[in-house]
Order: sequence, then structure tokens, then C-alpha cells
Amino acid sequence: MAIYLIVALDVLNGISSLFLLCLGLAIIFGMMKIINLAHGEFIMLGAYATVISANAGVNIWIAMLVVAPLFVGLVGLVIERCLIRFLYGRLVDSMLATWGLSLLIIGIVTTIYGNTQQGVPTPLGGFSIGSYQSSYYTLFLAGMAVVMMAVVYGVMSYTRFGLIARATMQNPAMAATLGVNPARVYMSTFAVGAAITGLAGGLLAPVSGITPGMGGAYVAKAFMTVVGGGAAILSGTMSAASLFGAVNQVGAFFTTPVYGEVLVFTAAIVLIRLLPQGISGRFFKGNL
Amino acid sequence: MPFSRRRFLQRSAIATTTLIAAPAIFRSGAFGAEKPIVVGSLHDQSGPIAASGTPMVYALQLAVDEINAGGGLLGRPLKVIHYDTQSNIQMYSQFAQQLAVKDKVDVVHGGITSASREAVRPTFDRFKVLYFYNVLYEGGVCDRNTFCTGTTPAQTVEKLVPSAMKKAGKKAYIIAADYNYGQITAKWMTKYVKDNGGEVLATDFFPLDVTNFGTTISKIQAAKPDLILSALVGGNHTAFYRQWTSAGMKGKIPIASTTFGLVNEPTTLDAAESDSILGAYGYFEELATPASKSFVEKIKKAHPDSPYVSELAACTYEGVMLWAAGVKKAASIDRMKVIAALEDGIAFDGPSGKVTLDKPTHHTTRNAFLAEVKDRKWSVLESYSDVKPADTASVCDLVKNPNDTKQYIINL
Repeated sequence: MAIYLIVALDVLNGISSLFLLCLGLAIIFGMMKIINLAHGEFIMLGAYATVISANAGVNIWIAMLVVAPLFVGLVGLVIERCLIRFLYGRLVDSMLATWGLSLLIIGIVTTIYGNTQQGVPTPLGGFSIGSYQSSYYTLFLAGMAVVMMAVVYGVMSYTRFGLIARATMQNPAMAATLGVNPARVYMSTFAVGAAITGLAGGLLAPVSGITPGMGGAYVAKAFMTVVGGGAAILSGTMSAASLFGAVNQVGAFFTTPVYGEVLVFTAAIVLIRLLPQGISGRFFKGNL
Repeated sequence: MPFSRRRFLQRSAIATTTLIAAPAIFRSGAFGAEKPIVVGSLHDQSGPIAASGTPMVYALQLAVDEINAGGGLLGRPLKVIHYDTQSNIQMYSQFAQQLAVKDKVDVVHGGITSASREAVRPTFDRFKVLYFYNVLYEGGVCDRNTFCTGTTPAQTVEKLVPSAMKKAGKKAYIIAADYNYGQITAKWMTKYVKDNGGEVLATDFFPLDVTNFGTTISKIQAAKPDLILSALVGGNHTAFYRQWTSAGMKGKIPIASTTFGLVNEPTTLDAAESDSILGAYGYFEELATPASKSFVEKIKKAHPDSPYVSELAACTYEGVMLWAAGVKKAASIDRMKVIAALEDGIAFDGPSGKVTLDKPTHHTTRNAFLAEVKDRKWSVLESYSDVKPADTASVCDLVKNPNDTKQYIINL
């Protein structure tokens, strides 16, 4: 019995970390159709912001929940102003530019901090179910995923900013004739997406290996999830994250971690073959 | 001054001409001096493997500087041509060709992962360039043109497994990286566990980009082993030790590893995450012999921010020194004469102690050490002197088959 609970927790952990990792990307890709190949590096920057401020004596929770998103949000703002704003509507160019950007960020971080970085220990502790051990941090990640979902849903559905953002996403020209400045909406949306990605990096910092190249391990899965999820930011990302996270964890538990990975990629191929518009292209049409 | 397009073009043209002409000018300037002996170096200084490669470059440079300070070799100075291979196998192939064909080097030291070694070894065989691979690896390379100075599983895993089993118990769970090093090392671990009367409950392999070890930690708990043997590799895999500790498993099941601490793991992880992990290598920075202390001191003095000085750096230093001893003995840099000299019982007293080249295998007989992480440093528990590369010796005999160039996968 205990073992099923533990596996359920693992699945929950897989889903919530995947969701947190993808949410920022989903916002940037879903709203502006910018393929941000530097997404992994935004995660890395969030993790670095967390460990460096925590090692400098900042409280770990503040480092994760405040410093990381603020810092990466600011970086995102600067990058949007200097680079991304010239690339709206130029899908292929945006890929090339952000890929270059990702190499640049890795290079800068390596130059400043070297190739290895002292990490931070995981806060909270472990608890036991029967004879098995698990970590409270897993539950905390799941809680954060729910909170982020609620926040994004709330902002998008009930605030003026959310309304304007959705309107701009659907039809920028029409929004502009009604007095909205799409460039400003894009700018703030990109910064918010970057901040959420930074938050994900901060949250994962205590349970990951921190290196300048760490983003590479996340970027493929994040893209797969966002594309698999389709146009709807929340319902799409959540359903795809649930599917892939569960397939990966259950697969890894019952077979080996290698097959866990293989199964996820297979699931992604099958999904895109059957639902070319992603999950939300079929099931949650018109949802957020 | 206005900066016109025309001026820009003019200046670019001048700069380009200078740049293209520079090698010719420099070379003609050097004609007067004694022509240097050229040492090629292929190490990763950027990308995921950079933390391993950087101290190796420092060690190579230190060895060359020391030889030059002592008057060089055969009255000629040494010159290093180094390429940063950027943790990219394609760069290895490209720069190996360049070293052999364009730079015409007399010896190459380099390669870090087994994949990189196998990418360049055939090139150096073909172009007849002597090659030194100074990294611990899974064993089995049998090539008269190649010398492997690092430890192999018979020298380290063979010591690590029984002492860990003595401490912990007989049931082991193996976790390893999913490429040739991890796969073959896991086989060796299995062999030594069985040889010591133990049992392997399960073996799990992880692609290098796996970051979530939650299910593995659950599976390990379900299997209830006495001991975990780890050959996890790279930054992403250090997440395992973090997640293991955060689940409260630290201290419940001991961990012994053939890779932990080769780079910076003890310093990057928290003390609580790394304490009491066991490891066995051919060298530790913490080794307290005078030779080791002065070696570390020299590297840290020249490069205060150097990553951990591990077996990789020590073997690189010893590799260069062994080669230099061979050249001195041969009194020539002719490749075959140097190989013959190196096969003639060349030894060097380096930071790890006495290292002797083994004629039939082209590997080294060297000391091995067992250590435990304490407060983010290795504390050396035991040392074993003059351990032979018995694994490779069981499959490779270059005296009988001098034309062999193959890497044997050892059958267990």
C-alpha cells in the first residue's frame, strides 16, 4: 500500500515540476508565438539567482520565491527590449536569435562563476509513509504548481491586464485600434513569462545539479509539453504536463529510467500525430 | 574623427593582411632558436566537461613548464599547442586531425570521456602520432601507439566494492550513467560484488540529461539494499544526491561511487548531502605526501580558482613526465624509439607516488586510495601500493600482438 502512495507522490512530483518548468514558456510561446530557445537558460538564471543569493546569506525562501523571479523577470525585460521586440512574427529568426542568446548567457555565467557552483541544501525535511521515505519538498512543489495555476488563471480571467493580454493575443491589430499598445503588452508578457520561468528555476535549484549548461536538460521536455498542450496556456500545459509527467514517472518506476524517457518521447510523437493542434486544440477549445 | 565606410574598409583590409601574414612573420623570426618539441593537448575547457578538463590543462602546463625550466628535452624546449575541444566530440575529431597534419606534433596528451578517446585514437594511429590518455576509464584499450595512465576498474572498483560491502552489507543496488563508461563500470561492480559473496538487487542506467530521481529513490527503497554503488556522471546527476538527502534517506543506506568527487561534487553539494560517501581513485587532492602537497600548491598558486585537483590532473602531470622520461631514455623523439623506451620499465615518482608503465598493456601500475567524504573534503582511509591493471592485462598483450589497436570489452 505504502509503495503506491509513494509512486503517486513521484507522479505528482513529475507533473508539478514539469508544469512549473513549462508555464513561463507556454505564456511566451502561446501569446506571442516566439520560440524562446533560451528558455533553459532562464531556468538556469533563476537557479543561479537563488543559490548565489542564498549562499550570500539571503533567506532561502526569499531567494527562491522573490529574488529568482524578480531577477529573471528583469533580465527578460531587457532581452525583450534589446532583441525580442524586433522578432515578433518572425518565427524562424526568433529561434536563431534566442538560440544564440542561450549560448551567450551560458558563456557569461561560465565566465563569471566558472563551471561549477556550490548549491543550496533542500529546505524542509523528509517524512515517512510506512517504511518509505519521501520529501516534504515534493509536496511544496505540487503546492506551488497549484498556486501558480490559480494566480495565472486569476490574473488572466479577472483583471484588466489579463483581459488586454488575451485580446492582444487573439487579435493585436484590433486591440491596437481600441487603444491598446500591443508592444507594451508584449513587453510585459515576456517579462512575466521570464519571471515565472525564473521562479521555476529557483524552486528546482535545491533539488538539481547547478551548472551553466543545466538548462539543456529541461528545454526539450518543456517545448514538447507546450506544443503537446496546444494553444490554451493553462489547460493545455496542465494536461500535457500531467500526461508526460505521469508517463515518465510510471514508466521509470515499472521499467527503467531509460525507458521512462523513451516512453515520454513516444507519447509525444503519438500525441502530435493524433492531435496536431495539441491537447487543447481538441478538448479545451477556447479555455485559458 | 569621423568613421567612414571607406576608412572602415581600409582598416579591415590592413588588419586582415596582418593577421594572415602573422604566422609567416613569427615563424621566420623563430628560425634562429632551437626548434621546439611540440606537445599537443586536447582538453575540454568549456561545456559540461570543462570542470574536469580545466585542471588537466593546468597540470599539463605545469609539467611542461617544469621540464622547460630544467633545460627542456634533448636540449630543445617544449612547446604546447592546446585546443579547447568544448565538450564536443566533433571538435575532438577536427582538432586531432589538425594536431597531426598541420601542427605536426610529437605527442598528444588529451581526451576525457571514453567517447572522445575513441574518436581521436584512430586518427593518431593513422597519422603515427604518439598518444597519451590520462584519465581513469573502464579499461581494455590495447594499442601500441596509445598509453593509458589513469586507473581502471581492477585498480579502484576492486578496492571500493569489498570495503563498502564490509561496512554496509552484501546486497547492492547499482545506479550508473547510460553510456559506455557507466555500462562497463556497472559490469565491473557486479563482478566484484559477486566475487565478494554479495548480490546485486538491480542495476539502473540514466541518460545524462535525467534530472528527476524521485522514482529511482522509491525503487531503491522498495528493493531495500544494504549499499548503493553509483557511477553517475555529470552536473545533472548530482541532483540524485540532493534528492536522496531531501527524502531523508541520507545515512540510511550508504553510498559508494566510482565517479563522485572526480570534479567538484564534495564542494558543490552541502556537507549533509555528501558526508560519508565512499570513493576510490588513483589520487586525491587531500593526499598528505610531500609530492602531492607541492603539486597541489603549485597548481593552486598559478590558478587560485582551479577546480578540484583530482586523479585527472595528477595523471596528466604524471603522463607528461612519463613521456619525457621516455624521450630522455630514447635520446630521440622518433615515435618508435620513444615507444620502445617507454616499454622498457619507465617509472616516475609523481604526486600519487610511484607510477610504472606496464609493457604488455601500455597501462600503469600505480597506487590506489580509498577515501570517504567528511565535511566536504575527502579523507583518505586506506592506500594500496603498486596495483596492477589486471583487467586490461587479462585481455591485452601487446608483446604478443604488437599490431593490436582495439578496445576490448571485458566479458564478465
